[in-house]
Amino acid sequence: MSGTTSTIVNLPDQRTATMPKRDYLNNEHGLLSWLFTGDHKRIAILYLISITFFFFLGGIFAGLIRLELLTPQPDLVASDTYNKLFSLHGIIMIFLFLVPSVPATLGNFLIPIMIGAKDLAFPKINLLSWYLFMTGGVLTLTALVTGGVDTGWTFTTPLSTHYLNTNVVTAATGIFIAGFASIFTGLNFIVTIHRMRAPGMTWFRMPLFVWANYAASILMVLGTPVLAISLVLVALERTLGLGVFDPTKGGDPLLFQHLFWFYSHPAVYIMILPGMGVISEVISTFSRKRIFGYTAVAFSSVAIALFGFFVWEHHMFIMGVSNYSALVFSLLTMLVAVPSAIKIFNWAFTLQKGSITFETPMLYAFAFIGLFTIGGMTGVFLGALGMDIHLTETYFIVAHFHYVMVGGMLMAFLGGIHFWWPKMFGRMYPESLSKLSAVTSFIGFNLTFMPQFVLGYLGMPRRYHAYPPEFQVLNVLSTAGATVLGVGFLLPVLYLGWSLKYGAIAGNNPWQATGLEWQIQSPPLTENFTEIPIVTQDAYDYEWLANKTEHEVTTVG
Amino acid sequence: MDNALVASHAHTHEEEHEHVALPQHCHHFETEQQQREAGTFGMWLFLLTEIMFFGGLFFAYLLYRNWYHDAFVAASNQLSIKLGAINTAVLIGSGYFMALGVWAAEVRKKGLLVLFLVITTVLGFVFLGIKYVEYHEKWEKHHIPGEHFDVSEFVNPQAYGLKETPLAPDMAQKTQVFFSLYFAMTGMHALHMIIGIGLLFWLIWRANRGEFSSGYVAPIENFGLYWHFVDIVWIFLFPLLYLINRHPGS
Amino acid sequence: MSEYHDAANVTNPEHAEHHIVTPMTYTIIFATLLTLTAVTVGAAFVDLGIMNPVIALAIASVKGVVVILFFMHVMYQSKLIKMTVGAGFFTFLVLLTMTLSDYISRAWGLW
Repeated sequence: MSGTTSTIVNLPDQRTATMPKRDYLNNEHGLLSWLFTGDHKRIAILYLISITFFFFLGGIFAGLIRLELLTPQPDLVASDTYNKLFSLHGIIMIFLFLVPSVPATLGNFLIPIMIGAKDLAFPKINLLSWYLFMTGGVLTLTALVTGGVDTGWTFTTPLSTHYLNTNVVTAATGIFIAGFASIFTGLNFIVTIHRMRAPGMTWFRMPLFVWANYAASILMVLGTPVLAISLVLVALERTLGLGVFDPTKGGDPLLFQHLFWFYSHPAVYIMILPGMGVISEVISTFSRKRIFGYTAVAFSSVAIALFGFFVWEHHMFIMGVSNYSALVFSLLTMLVAVPSAIKIFNWAFTLQKGSITFETPMLYAFAFIGLFTIGGMTGVFLGALGMDIHLTETYFIVAHFHYVMVGGMLMAFLGGIHFWWPKMFGRMYPESLSKLSAVTSFIGFNLTFMPQFVLGYLGMPRRYHAYPPEFQVLNVLSTAGATVLGVGFLLPVLYLGWSLKYGAIAGNNPWQATGLEWQIQSPPLTENFTEIPIVTQDAYDYEWLANKTEHEVTTVG
Repeated sequence: MDNALVASHAHTHEEEHEHVALPQHCHHFETEQQQREAGTFGMWLFLLTEIMFFGGLFFAYLLYRNWYHDAFVAASNQLSIKLGAINTAVLIGSGYFMALGVWAAEVRKKGLLVLFLVITTVLGFVFLGIKYVEYHEKWEKHHIPGEHFDVSEFVNPQAYGLKETPLAPDMAQKTQVFFSLYFAMTGMHALHMIIGIGLLFWLIWRANRGEFSSGYVAPIENFGLYWHFVDIVWIFLFPLLYLINRHPGS
Repeated sequence: MSEYHDAANVTNPEHAEHHIVTPMTYTIIFATLLTLTAVTVGAAFVDLGIMNPVIALAIASVKGVVVILFFMHVMYQSKLIKMTVGAGFFTFLVLLTMTLSDYISRAWGLW
């Protein structure tokens, strides 16, 4: 240890690391100590377990969908069942996995530590958020076991209000409640980031992960209630016969679309922004370099959040909206590409001349950059008015948003889980096995969704369980890819579970990183810091760290 | 914990806890002030979600009012302006006593605080009671959207002794959109009132135990924000729903 | 207290001194709100054409702002709170105007 007090970074020897005697995991015992905890780290673990469950549940539906599409004939499931499969796949994956994925697990765990706070501002509301999430999840499961729901995840009116006889109200209530879980998470983050920063932790010293979650939180707080009211109106229309969206009574079904997408487009950024935050951390750490253009990356997060509210109508171009307004929204859609591109370019420049190493999180980060870029660029196709008419509601759009959501967000989530796993549980994951799984999911992913771009371009519509025989080759490729992808996602669960007990002891700072979270013990104490830290460095000051290490060698050795 | 930086500043630790006085002070906040400001900020962020929640309804209202103006006028004139205006005054009064309650908590007067909160609650009940009378009238006149909705009063107002201009049958159907929005908006508002009254009972019970008369006013203050927000929603609902066009013949 | 222990960020612009609003202020506001309610009811009975809804909404907005500023203490709060309130109404305006851009121009037909 150096004797200087000018720094907050320390690099203990990893080989002699031991597990700490007391940490947040063994501080209290018993199930009740988990169910009534106020500790942001424990709530993060609760969330991690729950969303993993929902992820694999949604994954099973995805598997069934791909299995049905193996052959052109509708042979595995009936058409009604198929409708329920893709609806439940969408609802579970979006509302119960992607929206809470990074913010509620990694964000919950890391944001207070990264800014030097002992906890989030409102621990009880944080716990309430998890209970609301579980209530929403249980209601969705109820809808599932009592006969399913087949509206698609979009609850399109008047289909959802008049023509379907499934559990729309139960599922909508579930999403409504899960939405409040998301609101409370976002609210907690915003207050925490504004009011709980450690001394010296100025806005522009915060890690970019915090910035990204801050931007996503703004979207959660301002967007989710609009989804809530549109779902309430759908439920009231089904149960009491109100006529706000009902064309026979004079309502406008497109109004539902406007309100729904006013949330659901920003929701895409709720899902992807925290993932981008993870990538910033990972790329910087494994390039041993300060993030190139820190301020630009930070502001691009906020810009994405802001622009996110101005583009929703591009989901509705073919639904009968006015041509003039479609033109405006199409142009605004192109604008969102700018801050996203800023991020990609800045990550690329961070890599330039860095001392790059290829640990598993870095592999996931590379997968993210490649796949997200493809997803983003195809989004520009879809945002263009003319192309959109040809491509929308085909498999092209399915491939596009899976490239963003799975190729982007899920890769970032897995990268983040691997990156902070040593911090969360104090043990390393097995490196070679995890590299294998990262590569497997990358290959499997491309094999699954690349053919779908072609299928969509050739005109195969989404949401049908049968298709013309000439599309079979590509569909078989896609199903084969899905199998590989499934293996790639199953592996981490197995070896990460194994590593909880048998993994190598990680020590405080296995990546030799500069973030505040790496300066405390792993797993951290319940109160995170025994003393509130005083921040004197910028985030990602690796040049300075390299100098310091050199200096230490000369003085000690 | 082998942290270089904190070791050198360990002496500041005792100082920082010297002034902690309130039992309600949470350990993860450094100061009570920080805790209080975080609470206010959090409440305001919650109110932002409420703005957007009602915002969706207000937009729907704006759209259909322009599309079906005649139907909206005719249907709006079915509402009792007297009851609406009284209810507005009742709710403003309720908000006034809530504000006084915050003041009473700040100057640490327990008796006054409980009194003001009780008056706030009573006025809240009066509002809901009047709302019930209004809803009941709509029920009897078959003006509740759905299967039993009846447009005859709008197609043939003279038969019912009304001075309204008769509406064509298809426009008369659109009164159902007005009443849908009327019930959705006032219903959501009433639901917020009911939740608020539930919270008020809890706050009165706690205030009566003296929890808020020793300098800890955050719950009263933050609940006040919520209650005033519900007032503001009504302040907009009243002219939008009741006062569209009250000068027949034009 | 050393300069290091500004964890509450009490010296930053997000902070405002706590201010107790007097009952007198509240009473004046209460009277204003009741008067404006009477005015808005009265105005509804006068035929002002297009100005009727404008006036009704203007009065409602004034009432809303007064409640926000005084009953809800925003007048005495930090810039952060003021900006937060502003952000809420701004986002509502975005919802309003951007959605209206569709509804207003729908009747313009094809181009």
